[in-house]
Amino acid sequence: MTNRDRHPAFLPLILLGGVIFGFGLGFSQMARPEVVLAFLQFADFGLPFVMFGAAIVTGIAFAVLPRIADAAPLTGDPFERRLKSFDRNVLVGGAIFGVGWGLSGICPGAAYASLGIGNVTILWAIAGMFLGAYLQGWWRSRPSSGDASAR
Amino acid sequence: MSIASMIVDPALLQVFADPFPNGLSRYVVGGLLVGLGATVIYVGTGIAAGASTFLESTLSYVSDQSRFKRYVASRGWRLVFTFGIVLGAALFAATVQSGLITTSLYQSGSTGRLYELGGVTLWLTEVQPWRLFLGGILVGIGTRVGKGCTSGHGVCGVGSASKTSIAGVITFLLVAIVTAQVVAALGVSP
Repeated sequence: MTNRDRHPAFLPLILLGGVIFGFGLGFSQMARPEVVLAFLQFADFGLPFVMFGAAIVTGIAFAVLPRIADAAPLTGDPFERRLKSFDRNVLVGGAIFGVGWGLSGICPGAAYASLGIGNVTILWAIAGMFLGAYLQGWWRSRPSSGDASAR
Repeated sequence: MSIASMIVDPALLQVFADPFPNGLSRYVVGGLLVGLGATVIYVGTGIAAGASTFLESTLSYVSDQSRFKRYVASRGWRLVFTFGIVLGAALFAATVQSGLITTSLYQSGSTGRLYELGGVTLWLTEVQPWRLFLGGILVGIGTRVGKGCTSGHGVCGVGSASKTSIAGVITFLLVAIVTAQVVAALGVSP
């Protein structure tokens, strides 16, 4: 896992995947906070088709690949479901994220894509996200926090 | 006046009469591309990529907090993934958004403000900076405490039928809908 960057095609493939991902976020207009807010305010019901359309594609890959191949060619890592454990944090964090998403209409991937379509104003949101991620990291890194859960 | 409009709020009725004022195809095509991007990475590397870990992994370059140090091994490729997202969206702006490529699958809509730079049509949001900044802070806290965002939970997690991710998605979708409705009801716009 620590040597993932070794295969010469590893980073180019990550870049290619990111480019397709970002192009899709632009095409779906999820990179525009107004369009996300239009869904949350029930003015345009397109957003679920983006999220679930994408989940169907990844769902097929996650279901098929472990059956036809043992390991990923560029990392040697097995194709397995690495499921995140459920605890109270999933709901607490999800609710905090929901308030932020509902207030701003922006989530991390869409914010990066928004910068790509020329929306420099989104730097406010990206700066906020780094600040928020730093605050929770600082809080949870305290020796007394006792939080050892991964991710 | 019909019976239906007497019982149901007319504004609500109008919304449901046209649930997709900008068509459905841009959402479906865009979503399939987002899924394809995540799949390309998964096929080659076995990684189910999410966008929000980038925040903490990048902070590990400038902070020694233990929460961030756990992402030192992955911070390099996460930086490349995020750069790819920005680049892909810029490619979209230079082609489809600029009208260089036209397709009936894409309706441009009328949100925000368009401007030209070097022959490329770019776009600016009209959502107020304080909403973006404050919302961003909460998104930064929430995605990391909640173990994922719309890509990690919403796309990859739902795609792998993870109960944790489905619980996360239902939670943030419902809370976001209530928040956005309350914000709109308070007269905050855009």
